[in-house]
Amino acid sequence: MQQGGMAGAMKILVLLKMVPDVVEELEVAGDGVSLDRGFLRLIINERDENALEQALILKERHQGTVVVAAPEAPEVDDVLYTALARGADRVLKVTGLDEELGSRASAGLLAATLPAVPDLFPVDLVLTGCQAIDDLDGLAGPVVAEHLGIPYLGIVTGLDVDSLNVAHLSREYSGGVRGRFEVDLPAVVGIQGAEKPPRYVPIAKVRAAMASGRIESIPAGAAAEASLLDVVEMRRPVVAERAEMITGDADQIAARICEILDGRGLL
Amino acid sequence: MAQATVLETRDLTLDGLLATPAGRALLSCIQCGTCAGTCPYGDVMRNTPRRLIGMLREGFIEEVIASDDLLSCVTCYDCWAKCPRGLRLTDVLLPLVKEQVLLRLPQVPAELQSALSNTLRYGNPMGESPRKRAAWVESAAVPVPLLRDLGRPVDVLWIVECYAAYYPRGQDNARATARVLAALGVDFAILGNEEKCAGECARLVGETGLFDTLREQNLATFGKYEFARLLTSDPHAFDAFSYVYPMLGFRRPVEHTTPFVAARLDELKPRLTRELGYRVTYHDSCVLGRHNHLHDEPRRILEALPGVSLVEMTHNRDNTICCGGGGGGMWLDTFYKAKGHPRLSDRRVEEAAATGADVLAVSCPYEVPRFEDSLKVLGYDDRMVVRDVMELTAEAMED
Repeated sequence: MQQGGMAGAMKILVLLKMVPDVVEELEVAGDGVSLDRGFLRLIINERDENALEQALILKERHQGTVVVAAPEAPEVDDVLYTALARGADRVLKVTGLDEELGSRASAGLLAATLPAVPDLFPVDLVLTGCQAIDDLDGLAGPVVAEHLGIPYLGIVTGLDVDSLNVAHLSREYSGGVRGRFEVDLPAVVGIQGAEKPPRYVPIAKVRAAMASGRIESIPAGAAAEASLLDVVEMRRPVVAERAEMITGDADQIAARICEILDGRGLL
Repeated sequence: MAQATVLETRDLTLDGLLATPAGRALLSCIQCGTCAGTCPYGDVMRNTPRRLIGMLREGFIEEVIASDDLLSCVTCYDCWAKCPRGLRLTDVLLPLVKEQVLLRLPQVPAELQSALSNTLRYGNPMGESPRKRAAWVESAAVPVPLLRDLGRPVDVLWIVECYAAYYPRGQDNARATARVLAALGVDFAILGNEEKCAGECARLVGETGLFDTLREQNLATFGKYEFARLLTSDPHAFDAFSYVYPMLGFRRPVEHTTPFVAARLDELKPRLTRELGYRVTYHDSCVLGRHNHLHDEPRRILEALPGVSLVEMTHNRDNTICCGGGGGGMWLDTFYKAKGHPRLSDRRVEEAAATGADVLAVSCPYEVPRFEDSLKVLGYDDRMVVRDVMELTAEAMED
């Protein structure tokens, strides 16, 4: 891939996606292999939101532009307008991605589609979340890097760039150990957490972005590959035992505790 | 005495305010400092209301809005109530300044950020599922109809609001209110999962965009149904529906549950037969009490409950002490602690405990968690409990 500009005017592409919101109880659909979308609400992937925050931090530090791209999904327009209000310069919605395609194939199709978008490439950095609740293996970042032919480093918690177009990255390991890495740009970086929590943007700014901003719709190309993984079954975990809530006055509660302990041979 | 009135400030901005003679009249302050002296955080704020007005008048607007100092305003209406010029500080000037503060703040305090984001997305600050807003109804002792299911107009649309709908101790209030309304034979219904936060605390903390969004959504929901009046358990919602929603054309009588029940006490008295045996002190909420002067109504109810003796705290009625939860204060405890501010609910609970009462009665759902926390922190939880006036009323009703 053609290299982008110097760190003084970086172009950063951020890839966002929507994932099921677990505030709502998830229901398994009638097919037994997918979630019931009738009750599903989608929310921005938390790590993708951190990737956007890190991009905005880099933009503030080094100037440049931040372009956000996300597959079409319910409520994604709100997320893209919010990204504009937060400081993104351009937002793209990739339409026509089959929701049944799966995370890995979707990432591949996204990576195949985006280079054809006018005035988008070359970019210096591609940032995305290193994982999502529906992509626990964190394949999206590596797949995009593979398609673009550039390096990938994931689970990143610190990121800066220098004037030589080298990114300095840090990752956290168990036991309080931190690893520092350098990678030539352009590169894809999977963000675990931004330097600071994602910023709050007052809704007045989001409403202003909705009134004056524009989401560019980009049709996805034809799917080049199908998912290599098939879901065989989706079900709730079987409840083995439930806790017993003991109620009543102090004597009743004490009697029940004695009964339980006695029943287990502990008295 | 200052009187609450419908706001006439739609689309008003701080710049707009300062650009008009009428707006500048709002700054016709005599710099007496009563506001700073009466403000519960006046001794820890750098820019007290008095100083803030002085700075705005002298053109130091950038300095004013670059500070997060005004997040310490818990919209207790004390400066508004005591200002000798009758300036609209709490409900007009300070929110306009806070709106600019929030727009510039590099990092909104995490708890507040979470509450505001949750309110936008889920319609409640706790981040609970909107589909569970009416879940408490299943544990109510009386039928609580959903307006959608009734398929007919009702007299009273009861806006339960977030803390009574979701917070477990708030649900005690909701269940008690349902029993009282049923005992009074009120033709009522709720919106259930269609209900969203009224948004008053978002407005008063300066998140006017969120308030506008919630107001539009709530008015659209109201427009689907026929009802004669609104009833709400939350003084903050009472203020929003009474004074701010009318700016977008909402014209329906609004009542809070406490004065609503007080007005029907004679009908309820035959049902109030259980001897409670409580010594009760009543906390006037800033909004219901100081802002709306509804001081006598809760006391009339409490005095009608068998076996209840009422004792007053030193600061009562318009001189009440704020619980610290208004204007976003519910979600700024960590911010205040980091700033070294005292916890206002602790102050209030100290005063309540000094009365020797064994029940601290309230009429605002914010106060239950705030005062119960303070009772535990200060070690008074073995001698005093917090109860909403509706909870006590329902307790006095024989089944």
